[in-house]
Amino acid sequence: MAELWYGLLGLMLITYVVLDGFDFGAGALHLFVAKSDAERRTVLAAIGPFWDGNEVWLIAAGGVLFVAFPELLTTAFPAFYLALHLVLWCFALRGVAIEVRNHVVDGMWHAVWDAVFALASLLLALLFGVAFGNVVRGVPIDQTREFTMPFFTNFGTTGRVGLLDYYSLSVGILSVILLSAHGAAFLAWRAGGAVRDRCLLLQRKLWPAVGCLFAVVTLETYFVRPALLGNLLSRPISWLGMALAVGGSATLFSSRRGSRDGRAFLGSCGLIAGVLSAAGAALFPVFLRSTLSPTFDLDALHQPRNSIAMKFALGWWPFAFMLAVSYFVNVFRANRARVSADDY
Amino acid sequence: MDDPSFWHRLQFGFTIVYHYLFPQLTMGLALILVLWKWRALRTGDERYDLAARFWSKIFGVNFVLGVVTGVPMEFQFGTNWARFSRYAAGVIGQTLAMEGMFAFFLESAFVAALVFGERKLSRRKHFGAACAVWAGSWLSGYFIVTTNAFMQHPAGHTLLEGVLVLDRPLQFLFNPWAIVEYLHTMMASVVTASFVVSAVGAFYFLRGQHQQQARLYLKWGTRIGLVASLLVAFPTGDRQAKLVAESQPVTLAAMEGRFEGGENAELTFIGQPNVRERRIDNAIRAPMVLSILAYGTPRRSVRGLKEFPLESWPTNIELLYYSFHVMAGLGTLFILLMGVSTWLGIRGTLEGKRSVIWILMLAFPFPYIATTAGWMTAELGRQPWLVYCLFRTANGYSASVSSGNTLFTLIGFTGLYFVLGLLFLFLVGRELSHGPEQEANG
Repeated sequence: MAELWYGLLGLMLITYVVLDGFDFGAGALHLFVAKSDAERRTVLAAIGPFWDGNEVWLIAAGGVLFVAFPELLTTAFPAFYLALHLVLWCFALRGVAIEVRNHVVDGMWHAVWDAVFALASLLLALLFGVAFGNVVRGVPIDQTREFTMPFFTNFGTTGRVGLLDYYSLSVGILSVILLSAHGAAFLAWRAGGAVRDRCLLLQRKLWPAVGCLFAVVTLETYFVRPALLGNLLSRPISWLGMALAVGGSATLFSSRRGSRDGRAFLGSCGLIAGVLSAAGAALFPVFLRSTLSPTFDLDALHQPRNSIAMKFALGWWPFAFMLAVSYFVNVFRANRARVSADDY
Repeated sequence: MDDPSFWHRLQFGFTIVYHYLFPQLTMGLALILVLWKWRALRTGDERYDLAARFWSKIFGVNFVLGVVTGVPMEFQFGTNWARFSRYAAGVIGQTLAMEGMFAFFLESAFVAALVFGERKLSRRKHFGAACAVWAGSWLSGYFIVTTNAFMQHPAGHTLLEGVLVLDRPLQFLFNPWAIVEYLHTMMASVVTASFVVSAVGAFYFLRGQHQQQARLYLKWGTRIGLVASLLVAFPTGDRQAKLVAESQPVTLAAMEGRFEGGENAELTFIGQPNVRERRIDNAIRAPMVLSILAYGTPRRSVRGLKEFPLESWPTNIELLYYSFHVMAGLGTLFILLMGVSTWLGIRGTLEGKRSVIWILMLAFPFPYIATTAGWMTAELGRQPWLVYCLFRTANGYSASVSSGNTLFTLIGFTGLYFVLGLLFLFLVGRELSHGPEQEANG
């Protein structure tokens, strides 16, 4: 049962990163790929119908976490107290910025909300990357399972660690660059004109940077958590993830010729989903690795026994999931034409 | 502050009260939008299209504020109330997950279509989008009220190794408390929306602007307002009070500031609770009414606080007493105001009674106050328990999060929400000054 819920939760979180990732990326690039008011309206029109629904994948995954792995939720949320509140505030400012920007036709009004949108998106991409870095590196969890991490302690990766160190920051930066490239792929597909041209140009720089950073982070991971790379090579589901990532990259690069922008974006989705599922399979069953002692690790297999709740949830979850997917297909179909500034 | 749970409680209280200012309009207005879109679809009457178009803009701004202030509520279960969540996740995790999966996806997928999609979608599809948003917002309400109802009146659970686990899912999901609380809450949100709609109608009417639309808002606002105000009181509010009398008798005693028990219990209209002296100062009372309201007969005794051990008393009796009286008092006035307005409207003399229209315009904040007071009654009345008679509030907070951290985030929320509030007022004010008859703005 734990394996199944681990997989379903992973599926929801990966869907979340792939979907909200493109609008974080579009936001982080907003000020660079869109210069004029019309171009900026185009960027907002491109993500307008999606961003709120994308965000719901995180909220819904949080709900599923509540049912399936309450021990993880109640340990990790206070642990990341400050970081999570930063995430909440960024979400609030970002959502408001997207929605109110076009309510008033005024240059200064636009300048403020464009900046808020871009900065909040950038910070969210960074924070989620840092969070993933923390999961891989480990956290100072002890037998009480009650701790709150400061932003930084000694910037080291062992013992009483804080949120930030060279490793979690590296993953954070990788996340910013990767999601920016993903966002550029999305905008190149959805937007037209100058925005699309700039996004295509930018991707030529961003994807190679992703490759370099990925190599650096992989090397760092070898020192920070060597066992992970071993798991990666020995677990079949990780192989599938890696195959998906390689397939995604190949699709991405082969789509460069001609204007197969939709295919390129799909490749980018595959790349991110592949990397995350490979990592997720390699991390199993440990949710939170302890930097103090391996005996304190929090894993998916030792959860409170609550079989009726799990069975009940398994009864409704697939139905709800199919409904959610059908809404998304519906929204993507309804918005399949390239957007222009007037749509929003 | 010596009590480590203080800042956690203050932060949750502040953020939830602020948050709920928005969904109560969202849910009520969603219903009114569906009704207008339905009329427009059936009759082809342009006025209803215009009304729905105008109000969906206000709905859009309100919806976004509801979303961005709602996400922190979900997170705070984990960040600030980890020990409570560890204890209760086995049960309430179910509804929180269902809310995300069934309600939020539905709402978020269709709200953009409702607010921005009129030009792109057919009339039927646009009506469908309105229905989807309405269904999503009301479903969301059900799941969250069910979660709250479990805290008020636990059902369907069992205790295993010191934490709650789900035992009978259907009893939990269809907790009788949840059904009554849900209907009471939803009707109150329709009251809020109807008051806001009629206030805007009154505003335009008194200014001599958009007369046709103003009349439409006044008519629909007052009539829906009357129906909803009646339903809030009876049967939903009445049933809710009887549930409290049955399952939380000490809460009922505190709500009424009733220290001495006995039959022929009187209802206190006004007066100041003096907890130290165990009495109500300057009380004006109606004999027998409380016994009748609580149990349907004057002969039944309503117990007083003195009959319960001190440690089971709600922790803030004064605030609980005022919250309940503000809610009940305002609720009664709402029936009166909407009753008079509807009666004048049907007779066709409302437009001559400018004083009534003035009151309708100025009345819109009061449903917000009444719903807030109602929720405060529910939540203060539950104290000192987080899960009634099972788990104390004092044990529920995240022990590892220091007061310094909590105060830091509380200050952050205060600043952020202040800015969001100004922004909301500014944007809604702009929409109101543009009025319903403008061309679609850029």
